[in-house]
Amino acid sequence: MLKMKYELTEEQKELVAIAHQIAEEKIKPLREKYDEEQIFPEEIIKIFGQSDLYRVFIPEEYEGLGMGVFEMALITEEISRVCGGIALAYAGSALGAYPIILFGNEEQKKKYLPKIAAGETIAAFALTEPDAGSDAGAVRTTAVKQGNKYILNGTKQWITNGGYAGIHSVFASTNPSKGIRGMSTFIVEKDFKGFEIGKKENKLGIRASNTSELIFNDCEVPEENLLGKEGIGFRIAMKTFDQSRPGVAAQALGIAQGAFEEALKYAHQRKQFGQIIYSFQAIKFMIANMAMKIEAARGLVYNTAKLIDAGEKETAGYSAMAKTMASDVAMEVTTDAIQVLGGYGYMKEYPVEKMFRDAKITQIYEGTNQIQREVIAAQLSKQVSRLK
Amino acid sequence: MKRLIVFIKQVPDTAELRIDPKTNTMIRTGVPSIINPFDMYAIEEALRIKEKWGDTEVIVATMGPPQAEEALREALSLGCDKAILLTDRKFAASDTFATSYILSKAVEKIGDYNIILTGKQATDGDTAQVGPGIASWLNIPSITYVKKMIEVKSDYAKIERLMDYGYDIIEIKGKFLMTAIKDLNEPRIPSFRGKMAAKKAEIPNWDAAYIGAEDKNIGFLGSPTRVVKAFSPPPKQGGIKTEGDDIETAKKLIANLKESHLI
Amino acid sequence: MDKRNIIVVGEVNNGNIHHVTYELTSKAAELGERINGYVEVLLLGYSINKEHIKRLFETGADKAIIIDNEKLGLLNDDYFVANIRKVLERENPYIVLTGATPQGRAIIPKLAIKLHAGLTADCTDLDIEAETDLLLQTRPAFGGNLMATIKTPEHTPQMSTVRPKVFKINENYNKKENIENIEFEETNSLIRIIEMIKSEEDNVNLADADIVVSGGRGVGNKENFSIIYDFAKKINGVVGASRAAIDAGWIPYPHQVGQTGQTVSPKLYFAIGISGAIQHQVGMKSSDYIVAINKDTNAPIFNIADYGIVGDLFEIVPKLIKLLD
Repeated sequence: MLKMKYELTEEQKELVAIAHQIAEEKIKPLREKYDEEQIFPEEIIKIFGQSDLYRVFIPEEYEGLGMGVFEMALITEEISRVCGGIALAYAGSALGAYPIILFGNEEQKKKYLPKIAAGETIAAFALTEPDAGSDAGAVRTTAVKQGNKYILNGTKQWITNGGYAGIHSVFASTNPSKGIRGMSTFIVEKDFKGFEIGKKENKLGIRASNTSELIFNDCEVPEENLLGKEGIGFRIAMKTFDQSRPGVAAQALGIAQGAFEEALKYAHQRKQFGQIIYSFQAIKFMIANMAMKIEAARGLVYNTAKLIDAGEKETAGYSAMAKTMASDVAMEVTTDAIQVLGGYGYMKEYPVEKMFRDAKITQIYEGTNQIQREVIAAQLSKQVSRLK
Repeated sequence: MKRLIVFIKQVPDTAELRIDPKTNTMIRTGVPSIINPFDMYAIEEALRIKEKWGDTEVIVATMGPPQAEEALREALSLGCDKAILLTDRKFAASDTFATSYILSKAVEKIGDYNIILTGKQATDGDTAQVGPGIASWLNIPSITYVKKMIEVKSDYAKIERLMDYGYDIIEIKGKFLMTAIKDLNEPRIPSFRGKMAAKKAEIPNWDAAYIGAEDKNIGFLGSPTRVVKAFSPPPKQGGIKTEGDDIETAKKLIANLKESHLI
Repeated sequence: MDKRNIIVVGEVNNGNIHHVTYELTSKAAELGERINGYVEVLLLGYSINKEHIKRLFETGADKAIIIDNEKLGLLNDDYFVANIRKVLERENPYIVLTGATPQGRAIIPKLAIKLHAGLTADCTDLDIEAETDLLLQTRPAFGGNLMATIKTPEHTPQMSTVRPKVFKINENYNKKENIENIEFEETNSLIRIIEMIKSEEDNVNLADADIVVSGGRGVGNKENFSIIYDFAKKINGVVGASRAAIDAGWIPYPHQVGQTGQTVSPKLYFAIGISGAIQHQVGMKSSDYIVAINKDTNAPIFNIADYGIVGDLFEIVPKLIKLLD
């Protein structure tokens, strides 16, 4: 009853088992310190790499395992159960790699994907700017073609893995007059001339994840690093989000699961008025509600991921639902988990306050839950004519 | 090609052992089996030596019932190249004398090697005798409680051995056996591809006849020692329990310890 | 009936005889009274303390066989195995006892194979079976969850390694001094002990300690461990630790008590800020008296503690230190 059974293949079970072992043995002992001191988990990334987890979302031709969004989500969930911040060192690399997987040409894929698959380097996705958040079309970073190079100028903000990634999928405008239709995507290596890492953010939660500013100062990008063609950047971003959104949903799900497990355990240990607090209806109903909400969210997340993997076209609405639902559940469950633990829950000695802080971002990034509801509503509206 | 042989044992996970409060006996059913924790350090060290040397084969072997194959598959998933299961009804009830004989016969059957590695002791038997025993049968040096490999070449090694006064620095020429302790390394997590390959790997079963083990040295009859009885020690129970951290609490504890002549 | 030789293979560190040697000598003398035994202590070492040798006769030895040589100053397993073997083959003992120390555990298993003897490791009790005069050896297995009594009916010698501090030293034997010195015989060895490093950090003789003061996750960080050291010093204890503290790097591995560390059974054990996972318990639950200090009233350590204090270790331990002044 701790987690509903789904029909997983032998391979999926093994992946979850590996993620579980890494989470319990390697991540759990250091999550508190890494959160407190905002340490980036480089040695954990090495372990993700050695255990083949980064290969999961990379096609087989490029030294990956050619698996889908579902497998990526299963792993992200299991790691997030222990640390939602360190999970981003995994899932964030998938986000950075998807533009290359989806739109890269043979040469680009051959050059970059095997490195990401092996965990030799991680990838980052660089879209957001100070004035381009939900309004992704408003990017001000420009890319001007000069000979066989593009010259990039501008600043990206809040880039997950930004300070450590070797490979960045960067969105810049090649034709500012065209708005979102003028946006293009480039593969930028961290050693390219004119690429700088700006300030590292100090955050409420997911503090073991690196969130950095990227500065492009006449950054020289070879023309062969343009993804697809000029002007399709917005489409690349949206297609990428369709793939990656279940990852955020899975992260939220894992955080919720972790908090629920802590609350359940604590409620059976903690005694007040001579009995375990789980014997009080006020507490156990809260925990029963947590379990129900998590399972409902899990059903939505898993099925959405499977639909995407099955090649289903119209998944944007479900993706949005899964992300929104799971992240709202994560916020509710972690809030209640602190309540169950009472004063102890508020203290840093117990992990639930961290889970609460980690949960919040899942309602915000990769499209705020408000934007997601816009997406859901728009998708629904498209279907209204089908109703008789 | 160079070769490393790692001997492991499948043991019940001590963390999962429970004592039946009614009968005061150990409940063994349903307890998951794991690779003896000390053997994990031996496997890891073998893999690290292989990575350093290249052109090296790591063979992992265990003696046990058919289900011990599971432990071998786990070792394969970590990166060992080959596994051998020493299994035969005749091996049952072997003590450390007979076990080390059987394992030494397996080494002879495998052929040439550079180093034999195993854990300091198994967490079920806790004897720490089988490792040095194998070396004694093979007439090779054994270095117990290895905490660090300072240098390791195919025919020479410089090693730190943990002792109760500190540690010894030891030089060894030629082949030898070493037993690993926790200080030696941090075992890796298996890789997905390793796990999937390990599921499919062929694991040969070797029996007494195949390794040329003589009946007089194996199993119950080949074992000099006999278990007369086994029993659980009386269960330990909690005693006095107080709450608070004031000076009175501290005073009470000191008084209690003095009264019991403990300090 | 002929005398039956009971040989204690002693241990010498830096010329000093290890206390386990006296413990086993006394036990051998006690067992010997029941089987017409003759207690010989075999000592290999370099420049062995003469006073220490004398004490063997006070504690029960009928004879001491000494091999004193510079080459035995360091533990070259091959030299020890070959030279001990020679004496054992000559003396044909009925029983051989050795301390279950790192040295004993390195050498004795090799000898047992060479002599085709039964060997029982880490014994915590020894007795004689009345009908057969056989040695009954009791030892823990499964981390102390199971005790087994073992005998060796058809092979001699019957060999045991015995945990230090299990048996008491009896100083009242007053036997006549009888020393045989034997020449060291150099054998081929492919190993060479380059150096013996006495390290503060690694010199953690937990197995020998009467009082062990262990700290765990609750200690919080490396700096805070000083409180554990201070308390241990004050109470003449040795510092131990749980796996969590070792893995966090607060204190080195030789301090670890538990399944993948050392097994201890002191008279008094303090578990401070240790929740008491099964893996820790197997390493310390045979301690005579266990004191637990932990904030969490539900910590499993309280189930086995003789004296539990639910409270903040940073409050209570400094008070204990002050009270002991």
